[in-house]
Amino acid sequence: MTTDAKAAISDRAVTGRWLLGVVAAIVVWAAVYSQLVPFSEWLVSQLPVERNSHLGSALQFFIYDTPKVLLLLTLVVFAMGIVRSFFSPEKTRAMLAGRSEGIGNVAAAGLGILTPFCSCSAVPLFIGFVSAGVPLGVTFSFLIAAPMVNEVALGLLFALVGWKVALTYLAFGLMVAIVSGFVIGRLKLESWLEPWVLEIRAGAVDLPTGEISIVDRIKAGIEAVKDIVGRVWIWIIAGIAAGAVIHGYVPADLMVKIMGADAWWSVPVAVLVGIPMYTNAAGIIPVVEALLGKGAALGTTLAFMMSVIALSLPEMIILRKVLTIRLIAVFVGVVGTGILAVGFLFNALFH
Amino acid sequence: MKDVKILGPGCKRCDAAVEMVKAEAAKLGIDIKIEKVTDYAAIAGYGIASTPGIVVDGKVVHAGGLPKLESIGPWLKG
Repeated sequence: MTTDAKAAISDRAVTGRWLLGVVAAIVVWAAVYSQLVPFSEWLVSQLPVERNSHLGSALQFFIYDTPKVLLLLTLVVFAMGIVRSFFSPEKTRAMLAGRSEGIGNVAAAGLGILTPFCSCSAVPLFIGFVSAGVPLGVTFSFLIAAPMVNEVALGLLFALVGWKVALTYLAFGLMVAIVSGFVIGRLKLESWLEPWVLEIRAGAVDLPTGEISIVDRIKAGIEAVKDIVGRVWIWIIAGIAAGAVIHGYVPADLMVKIMGADAWWSVPVAVLVGIPMYTNAAGIIPVVEALLGKGAALGTTLAFMMSVIALSLPEMIILRKVLTIRLIAVFVGVVGTGILAVGFLFNALFH
Repeated sequence: MKDVKILGPGCKRCDAAVEMVKAEAAKLGIDIKIEKVTDYAAIAGYGIASTPGIVVDGKVVHAGGLPKLESIGPWLKG
């Protein structure tokens, strides 16, 4: 037997072990997940609080939701880490460069979900896209969709609120990104970029792409879990704690009055309140779950969630390095209007 | 002497990439000069869209996320 053949066989054995490991981990995951309800009920019954009191109700929400959300998040992030190992910002850029508006906006918003993206590299990505010939409006479609419509938001919405709301969020999140990017592109605001950005004409670099094996992809999934879950768990706990307070203490009739479908003004207020709030999808969804449970209108709640995630002050401060204040104002105005429209539409449809 | 540049605005991973390359070079006994490039215009000039990026002797070899440990050696030797 040649050494090459031996190496191929040992490669296959290694891959097999990794795949077995993944299957075993998923079985353990499912076993733990199925025991969460009995466990949380038992734990609350051991505590010296009345089960039906405000505090008991809040505690049950917190004790059940925290491990549930963390477990679901781990699974979703792992799966998405594997999917994303097939994409990179450089490949996405190559697909979008020179695309016309319209189709380009749709493609950019879709790729925004699948491409690995971290807000810390939003600026290099922005310049990298624009300087390689991706139209400004198409770049914006990507930059709006990437943080707003992501696996964390969709996975948690699906698990905590239900698939209808998750699909709705996916469809209308994409629509806001596509339409906002298209409008910004039509406005022809290239001259409102910081001047030095336009002087860079780097073109795209060709990266040597090594062979990526199945094991590499599994490792990418594990890396994503370590990175994302390691970063957002604190937000999740804060979000669940806030959700627990709403769940246990806020009276439902008050919620209906403030955030119900009859209070039309609540949609713009929800968008405005969302802008300075900074948390990521993981932190806001337990709050969304509690708000909906107390009778808040779906449109108002979705508008609040989109505003918190898509229009954040820290991101604007980062983007200020490449965009003039005027362009940032247009960005907030266009995206904010889109979110308002989604909020009103839903309140009208699901009344 | 290899000239290595790590491109990144100063995120945690950029620093981690610097340490990885340094450690690997020391292990392999390769003499390198390592430099962090944090200026956005300079980073964009290399044509990458994600950070950290790694440039060896003027050639971009990696962009986005931490590099694989086993690929660093070949870059430094190549």
